[in-house]
Amino acid sequence: MVIQDSDLTNIERLRWQCRRGMLELDVLLEAFLEQRYVALSPRLKRHFVQLLEFPDPVIHAWCVQGQRPEDEEFAELISSIRATSVA
Amino acid sequence: MALEKQRFDTLILGAGGAGLNAALQLANANLKVAVVSKVFPTRSHTVAAQGGVNAALANVLPDNWHWHMFDTVKGSDYLGDQDAIEYMCREAIPTVYELEHNGVPFSRLTNGKIYQRAFGGQSQNFGGEQAARTCAAADRTGHAILHTLYQQNIRAKTHFYDEYFAVDLIKDKEGIVVGALVLNIATGEPLLIESTTTLLATGGCGQVFRTTSNAHINTGDGMAMVLRAGLPLMDMEFFQFHPTGIAGKGMLITEGVRGEGGYLINKDGDRFMEKYAPNAKDLASRDVVSRSIVTEVRDGHGCGPEADHVMLKVNHLSEDVIAKRLPGIRESSRIFAGVDPVKDPIPVFPTAHYVMGGIPTDRFGRVMPTSEDNGEHLPGLYAAGECACASVHGANRLGGNSLLDILVFGRLAGHNIIDYVKDNGTHRPLDEAAVEQAMGRLARWENKGEGLSVSQLRNEFRKTMEDHAGVFRVEEMMAEGVEKVRQIREKLSDVRLTDHSSTFNINRTEALELENMIDVGLSIAVSALHRKESRGAHSRPDYPKRNDAEWMKHTLYWQENDKLDYKGVRVQPLTVESFPPKERVY
Repeated sequence: MVIQDSDLTNIERLRWQCRRGMLELDVLLEAFLEQRYVALSPRLKRHFVQLLEFPDPVIHAWCVQGQRPEDEEFAELISSIRATSVA
Repeated sequence: MALEKQRFDTLILGAGGAGLNAALQLANANLKVAVVSKVFPTRSHTVAAQGGVNAALANVLPDNWHWHMFDTVKGSDYLGDQDAIEYMCREAIPTVYELEHNGVPFSRLTNGKIYQRAFGGQSQNFGGEQAARTCAAADRTGHAILHTLYQQNIRAKTHFYDEYFAVDLIKDKEGIVVGALVLNIATGEPLLIESTTTLLATGGCGQVFRTTSNAHINTGDGMAMVLRAGLPLMDMEFFQFHPTGIAGKGMLITEGVRGEGGYLINKDGDRFMEKYAPNAKDLASRDVVSRSIVTEVRDGHGCGPEADHVMLKVNHLSEDVIAKRLPGIRESSRIFAGVDPVKDPIPVFPTAHYVMGGIPTDRFGRVMPTSEDNGEHLPGLYAAGECACASVHGANRLGGNSLLDILVFGRLAGHNIIDYVKDNGTHRPLDEAAVEQAMGRLARWENKGEGLSVSQLRNEFRKTMEDHAGVFRVEEMMAEGVEKVRQIREKLSDVRLTDHSSTFNINRTEALELENMIDVGLSIAVSALHRKESRGAHSRPDYPKRNDAEWMKHTLYWQENDKLDYKGVRVQPLTVESFPPKERVY
């Protein structure tokens, strides 16, 4: 998908994209968006927008179960998501 | 500006397994189909179903649809309609084969046939040896099905309205549903979709409880639309709770943890299940464990600063055992509970998982508007999936039967709609007053000024539902709960949005969802208060026994005056002998 700069700044749209089919992802992604997204570099923001396009089981495997993404580009973003405080 | 209108043969609200399987039948028959979904279709809650689909294919062990039917009737605690259950268990087989032909990558045996795994509640020969009935696609069955159905729908040219929120059903002057008002979440523009047939497939409503395993989208939207259209919901008191959800968060901690030797403790470190179930202890049935946890908390033995949960202890097991036999638990606990179960116990509380009740339908998915069992149904209105009640789960649902329910009844509703549209393909004129009423529901949220926030009232509501209509159900508590929820409903008019923008106004969408949740929550609280027996998932310590003489009947709830009525269980199957009620022992 082609990502526009406006995709990175439309926080309300991203908030709705964080609504998923799995509660685990709802909670983790929404907390990440709330707490950490704004301070990310444009590169990592772009990765986050890309990540939201992946199927739920893939995001779950990477962000909840800790499986390493095949695309190393995502690794930095995913460790930041996994370090988000939701407890 | 004039309200934009679009016309379709069929409007489907919801894009989970039920909605997409119905849409595919219709699009393949060249009907003009619109599917409205508030999130992108493959992010529907069906994606979270990992277990699989039951069908008596007999690929691994001997099996027969009649045995599957027996297990389902027994599992329902004899509240399921036996004609619908027979129909579902027979139709399970062609439904699974159709999915296979459509490309669902089911796991395979070495002989190439679909692999089937054994699950609790499955038997051969009417209660004999364990059966193996569940077809799965690794541990991603829901995702595999959803993905396949979505792709097939794209091929068949189903029209998708992604990120549109359904506001209300629209009727004509005779009360027949002729479409719905929907809202484009991205632009904030309303859209009127006219249809000769409408299928509600909006899923469950677990979000009405504070602690739930359901995704945030499960707010009972279709159920609430039905209530506001003056139609009833059935058997809403039957809600399945899983005993161990992460406290305050809801994510499931699998029963396997206790199977591997994990056990529950209270704030004093006492292993309290020894007191409530001296033999089975922590492996007692779900409802017993759930009730024991809530009793401990109510009696002041809860853990944490609010004393509102108990602990699941696994740190006596080795790190190796946890890593090998309970993969995933360590990561989930670490992220969502902030504890490493290798070192510390996991805070847990019962989590709302699945609603057995819903929009009453016959076995063809047609919505039934009355308590008369005379075959009357509302022309052109259908429901399927977790939002519907066919009723195949009765008072409790078996593992592997929820994906089955949505797929079978989505498919059959599709077939029935095709037949209906052949003879009733003309659009009926809608009632402008109904459109105005639905638009008024949107306009109400334009009110500005000081008031309660959506999240304040939502938190109060969900906590009230958990405390007064959750696992622990005694008369006084529940009566108090009904009053509290009624007061919360009154407070809705004091809620004001903090955001009045048009585009991606999530605050407004959440306000509409909150209205839906409160409408549905009240149906649960009122229905539960009046069922004075214990059956399946509805457990009343003040009426601890199942009472077939008085209560082998379905509850029907209407929103107007919180009216209740009842209708008998359909105990006569289609072609076989009825299974008479027996004590349910496993």
